[in-house]
Amino acid sequence: MGDYKQLYDAILNGNFKIAKEVTQKALEQNADPQMLVQDYMIPAMNEVGRRYEANEYFVPELLIAARAMKASLELIRPLLVQQGAQPAGRVVIGTVKGDLHDIGKNLVAAMLEGAGFEVFDLGVDVPPEKFTSAAQDNNASLVAMSALLTTTMGSMKVTIEALKAAGVRDKVKIMIGGAPITQKYADEIGADGYSSNANSAVALARRFSGIQ
Amino acid sequence: MTAGSTGIMHQGLRHILSSTPVLCDGAWGTELQAVGLGAGECPDSWNLFHPEHVKRLAARYVEAGSRIILTNTFRANRIALQSYGLADQTTIINRAGVILSRAATQNLATVFASMGPTGKLLMAGDVTEDEVRLAFTEQAETLASAGASGIVLETFSDVAELTIALSAARATGLPVVASMVYDSGKERDRTMMGTTPEEAARAIEQAGADVIGANCGTGIEAYIPVCTRLRRATALPVWIKPNAGLPEMTGDRIVYRQTPEEFARHALALRDAGASFIGGCCGTTPEFIRELHAVLADD
Repeated sequence: MGDYKQLYDAILNGNFKIAKEVTQKALEQNADPQMLVQDYMIPAMNEVGRRYEANEYFVPELLIAARAMKASLELIRPLLVQQGAQPAGRVVIGTVKGDLHDIGKNLVAAMLEGAGFEVFDLGVDVPPEKFTSAAQDNNASLVAMSALLTTTMGSMKVTIEALKAAGVRDKVKIMIGGAPITQKYADEIGADGYSSNANSAVALARRFSGIQ
Repeated sequence: MTAGSTGIMHQGLRHILSSTPVLCDGAWGTELQAVGLGAGECPDSWNLFHPEHVKRLAARYVEAGSRIILTNTFRANRIALQSYGLADQTTIINRAGVILSRAATQNLATVFASMGPTGKLLMAGDVTEDEVRLAFTEQAETLASAGASGIVLETFSDVAELTIALSAARATGLPVVASMVYDSGKERDRTMMGTTPEEAARAIEQAGADVIGANCGTGIEAYIPVCTRLRRATALPVWIKPNAGLPEMTGDRIVYRQTPEEFARHALALRDAGASFIGGCCGTTPEFIRELHAVLADD
């Protein structure tokens, strides 16, 4: 069994070339793909998230780390599928109807992918019925909604109602975020949780998925 | 190749800077919301659909004492307008924006045209550098040909994107202000991308801006130390337009609680920290400018 701290460091430092090389080499040496993900890659992304929350890392560091994670995961995923390994959860994510902002949503999507979730990104200005059908079609366990405007956050409530009407509400956990969103608002509209940044969104998604 | 700062003041700024600080304007987006701009609607589209409101707001800033007013063209680059389905209106929205502000000056104010970011992250691969360059070049050329006297690149978080916008704006020959948002990090003195005022000053001066600035952010108090640091880091004149504090939610509305008096109380400290241009961003109104005018004139 090799020591793959290099993989941990490559992700932490956002070096996707090294992340890819080390992963490739590890797989050639028959390293257990699950072990690589669980013991090195996810802990690296956890540390990235911690540093971001502590204001030591900023958006660029988050993005390049997520990119390195992704490069490595692309090599590993086919093997995980072969082994029948399940993702941490299936997340349908989007910016709600009427709202065109995607930077925050994209960060959350990237961090969730980095944490081992399968992410279905519906983009921006997503109508309630699209959230509903995507959640059904992909057998989602989580629905994540973003809004940057007070004028569009109402679409979150409408989407939750659409999920209820379609009989999907009880099959998923709903998490919301964005500049004007608060825990109070999440409670009011019947969302399961709220997070104020990409890192705490991952923690929330993990909690909802029964991880840690 | 950018020439970088020559240390010589742009001709177009000499007259304006003969008496400082120069009073600028306040917010446009939040003020248009107050007269009916709707949910998810593009504020810049009002240049075409509600020009009377846009011109009225410009005139109110001039009446309040603004000596530089901007234009309602913050989102009017092709990439940002694309999101609203308005990309094919790019030219006319920009032209109308300059014409409306110019019609409101009464020869008392100068019109600097506003250009904001694309809303996409270059480093995430959401847009290419070429697309961004093309979009900013188109907007800057349109604003210049419509008669703007300067260009203000405002609310940028990413030095890479700002640098592209700067080279597009400089190509018009107009004086260019390059202003970033400092709202992140432990001390709220970095941009979202982690850039400090000193790092920004180096890059912005290198890229040949005529004025360096900070706008939006977490309020006027937080921008006093940022102003001091920009002042120390560069010889360029400093432009500061803070928000009216941090917004709060009441029900489903965003409210900026800071009053014009509370805001203006910090104006002298901002001037003493070296700001050559002072105005307001989100949540500020013509009343804020009136109050700033009174405080700065009294001293």
